[in-house]
Amino acid sequence: MAGGRAAGSATEMEGVTRTLPSSGRPSGTGRLSRGLLFGRNYGLSPGSRLLPPPRCQENADPQKMAFLLRKQWTLYSVSPLYKFSSSALKDYARMLGVFIAAEKQKGLAVDVGGELGVKVAMSSMTELRGSEQDPAAVLVQLSLRSSVSRKTSEEKLIWSGWFCCVAGDDLLENLPQDFTCLPLFLANGAESYTAIVGSWFQKTFDCCFRRLAISPLNLTWMAAMWTGCKVDKNTAAVELLFTVPHLPQPLDISYAIHPEDAKALWDTVQKTPGEITQEEVDVFMECLYSHFHRHFKIHLSATKLVKVSTGIASAHCDGIIKFLQSQYLIGVLMLLTELAISQIQ
Amino acid sequence: HLASSLPLPSERDHLRPRIDLIAFLIDIKSKYSLKNVQASLAYVDVRFFLGKVCFLVTGVGRVNNCSVEMNAIWKLGEDYCSPVIFCELELEGIRVATAQRLLRMLQICAGRVPGVSALYFNLLMKNSAGD
Repeated sequence: MAGGRAAGSATEMEGVTRTLPSSGRPSGTGRLSRGLLFGRNYGLSPGSRLLPPPRCQENADPQKMAFLLRKQWTLYSVSPLYKFSSSALKDYARMLGVFIAAEKQKGLAVDVGGELGVKVAMSSMTELRGSEQDPAAVLVQLSLRSSVSRKTSEEKLIWSGWFCCVAGDDLLENLPQDFTCLPLFLANGAESYTAIVGSWFQKTFDCCFRRLAISPLNLTWMAAMWTGCKVDKNTAAVELLFTVPHLPQPLDISYAIHPEDAKALWDTVQKTPGEITQEEVDVFMECLYSHFHRHFKIHLSATKLVKVSTGIASAHCDGIIKFLQSQYLIGVLMLLTELAISQIQ
Repeated sequence: HLASSLPLPSERDHLRPRIDLIAFLIDIKSKYSLKNVQASLAYVDVRFFLGKVCFLVTGVGRVNNCSVEMNAIWKLGEDYCSPVIFCELELEGIRVATAQRLLRMLQICAGRVPGVSALYFNLLMKNSAGD
């Protein structure tokens, strides 16, 4: 998994020498047609995206939802899993536990104590999906067991990871049988455990994990989409973090906008409620950039946007996300699923 | 001749040789470069767009640093009837190949390749991209 990123960028560079025009919109068949010059969904964002309304999760377990919020999750894209069955989760948990114990014996695992070893729990989260066609999300949790006294043992959660798929229609329609599509994987915890769990899944289900990076273009979409979301309580400011490349001393620029001002600006830009177009995102960002330029004489459009933080969620271009509001969780997951799918194809 | 934007300063007009090819560089990591190119296009005489203009998009090797959406670039190429060439300056092989390609285009635009005019070559490039 760690090597995936280097290999990914190398293949992207090789793609430049290919001069075959290929399909713009990702599709399972990968037919060639007029459009991009590369075999991937390169820098092509859809002309418009639908904004899902905030979802009231009454039937969802509030504790489980709270568990997902305010944590830093590292994003990965996962190719479809072969012969994965959501009813065999207990068996998978047992096998993964055995695998981790074996890795620990080999001396590869990070040993943070806990004489009784690592316990694996796998559960299904049925509320985290876009529609009935999406497979239910799967949560994997690693806890360290240590004996407190002779009879009782204490469990401490050390790592969590979950697979999910929200509105993965693009990938689901062309999927052959026996494959389960859970393209988005989020991990919180030590990197070594992520590597072990990832390698077990890759060996058992013949899938491929890749770090999901978010391009500055997609970050501007997130900034626009999340600014427009209505939040009741006092929310944090909309904060954009830029880095300036090619300088002897690296320069970071942080641009914070009052959430109500940002929302007022977005409301003047957005025409159709519930839908966002590329032009609207461009105009919104252009307004912010020109305001900044007027005051500081710096062209933010020449810098690289690396992080977007709003009251809904915050996203970093290295593929790190933090959810802050449970009602918009599904909406954010839908966008992330779309990015994961475009990275797989 | 290298310029960061158009129009070129008028002081050196009399010293400047004839311009045969204008290559507009767009860095995919910088939205500012696209805006700059769009503003500079207004200063180009319309006769240049008969095969003597091309758009060179750089930085395409790194997908995850893309700040410019591709639709805008394709639309630019279509609106101005000029070819869009992609390259990655960080890789020497591609840099050299792109330079050779531009040099060949320049030879054609300067009229040094017998039997091939700039307009003819432009149509060739457009037709091959459309297939």
